[in-house]
Amino acid sequence: MNTLIVLPVLVPLATLLLALLVKRHHAWVTGISLTGALMLLLTGLYLVAVAAGDTVLTGQMGGWAAPYGISLVIDRLSAVMVAITGVIGLATLVYCLRQPMPADFLRDVHLFVHGLLAGICGAFITADVFNLYVWFEVLLIGSFALIALGGGERRLSGAMIYLVLNMLATLLFLLAAGLVYGATGTLNMGELALLFRAEQASDAAWLGVILMLISFSIKAALFPLFGWLPASYHVAWTPVSALFAGLLTKVGVYALIRLVTLLWPEPDVVHGVLLWVACATMIIGVLGAAAQTEVRRILSFHIVSQVGYMILGLALATPLALAGAVFYLIHHIVVKANLFFVGGIAARLTGSERLAAMGGLYARTPLLAVLFAIPALSLAGIPPLSGFWAKFVLVKASLEAGVWVAAFFALLTGVFTLLSMSKIWNEGFLKAHPQPDQLGSAGRGPAGAWYTAGVLALITVAIGLGAGPVMEYAMAASRQLIEAPAYLQLLDGRPD
Amino acid sequence: MEWIGAITAGIMAALGVWMMLDRHLMRVVLGIAVLGNAINLGVLSAGRFAGTEAAFTFAGQTLQNPANPLPQALVLTAIVIGFALFVFALSVLKRTHELHGDKDTDDVSQVTEQPSPDGGEEQDPAGRGQGRQ
Repeated sequence: MNTLIVLPVLVPLATLLLALLVKRHHAWVTGISLTGALMLLLTGLYLVAVAAGDTVLTGQMGGWAAPYGISLVIDRLSAVMVAITGVIGLATLVYCLRQPMPADFLRDVHLFVHGLLAGICGAFITADVFNLYVWFEVLLIGSFALIALGGGERRLSGAMIYLVLNMLATLLFLLAAGLVYGATGTLNMGELALLFRAEQASDAAWLGVILMLISFSIKAALFPLFGWLPASYHVAWTPVSALFAGLLTKVGVYALIRLVTLLWPEPDVVHGVLLWVACATMIIGVLGAAAQTEVRRILSFHIVSQVGYMILGLALATPLALAGAVFYLIHHIVVKANLFFVGGIAARLTGSERLAAMGGLYARTPLLAVLFAIPALSLAGIPPLSGFWAKFVLVKASLEAGVWVAAFFALLTGVFTLLSMSKIWNEGFLKAHPQPDQLGSAGRGPAGAWYTAGVLALITVAIGLGAGPVMEYAMAASRQLIEAPAYLQLLDGRPD
Repeated sequence: MEWIGAITAGIMAALGVWMMLDRHLMRVVLGIAVLGNAINLGVLSAGRFAGTEAAFTFAGQTLQNPANPLPQALVLTAIVIGFALFVFALSVLKRTHELHGDKDTDDVSQVTEQPSPDGGEEQDPAGRGQGRQ
């Protein structure tokens, strides 16, 4: 049991170290890295199977009892997040195969991606506030290296923006963790939950926790703290920005969901604030996208807008709404990463990612048009794709909770999302290419990229058609989030 | 003792924020470093300085006034991580300066807002092979 619980972190770290040992042999690095990513995916799927049987894995690192040692908890939400991290990690690495880039560059991408995955998975399984900070830093250093990789003026400038604002967010989190420790004497999430649920938390503890929520909001790119995301994601290499788009902001969303549901199982003042933040994030993100004319910049703003939906589910705080948020998280990670991948293939075929210089893709490669249409329609919420069910549950939950405004904004954002996607469709796929002889002159590119986009599209369709079981899993996960039995029982074995 | 630490941390945080508001990128990065150290000191102060004895006991022994080792362990971790990130930020800055000249915060935003280069990044990594030693 105890080995299983550390596997999500152990697998990427071991892969990274093994790959480093043979870093002069690029084929070996690629082989080890793909095997490692596959192992992580299998670990995630196994954890989901374990969690679906209502077993919550818990462990104390080094055998130190809670709250003195670091606790790890893998419940339904953590398990599914690890699994989806495995999916996107593997997809990114397969997309990178045989890309026309220098061999050293591709090797470095493989290495850093595993460093990043270790940090992301660590953040999903920890039940200790300071440990969460450490995992944030691990994933941050991996993402810094990835975003700057390749260099060039534009990329280094974007990396600088990303770097400064994310470092600031992490520093705020460190300060918050210190203040919470100073006020409560604990860093264990379970003990904090007991304290807040018994309404015994002091004002100082509240202050620390609010600061923590603000720092997570920067990470999750919530209104009004999202500025760094659309300013930096589009400068990275395509697979890297797809990986970021899929997973990074979602670590912030996960941390918000975890902390808010643990500390305030019932609607509180925090939920009221989050509701307005969620509505503003949805609508402003999508309006920001309307002003953009490049594929990845449009998609970056959509990340912001979509995060709003998840936070809406969190803010409504009913079991159905939380389940909607969990469902949205699962659906969104797959769809968003896929749109970036397809955007990369489209940019390769047309020779640009500026919409004005794109075109003719529908006539040239109908397959790519299908591969774009599936995630794009899913993002906008067209039935029967996964996004429809995610939005349907959230709108239903808002109406049940009597929050008409939230339902209105959610639907309005859906309409604008569809407009945005049809803009890419019209400009990139339907319109004739401005220089027809340029179209496709670079070839179709590596097959791995097409397989990646195809498999992720199939997953989207599968989530849409099999929405029942996924929703059941999400409902059970949401009950687990509210009751948090494993977290509250962490301290049971504690010596007096 | 705590209040000295708290006030120092506050002054350092103010200095750090002030430096981060500067247009010059070097000062922004240095500001992050100062703010980081202010926060380290803040975490240490929040953990109290009252203890005077090392928290290390043998069986049957009790300590009168043990110091809390946890904040020290936390801050030690944070210092190490902060140092690594600071060095990384400095190296990105150095590289930008060497290859593309001096940049202030406005330049950086302007460069990232430029339309993406045609020819597709896929085939033409900007500055391939650069950025490595």
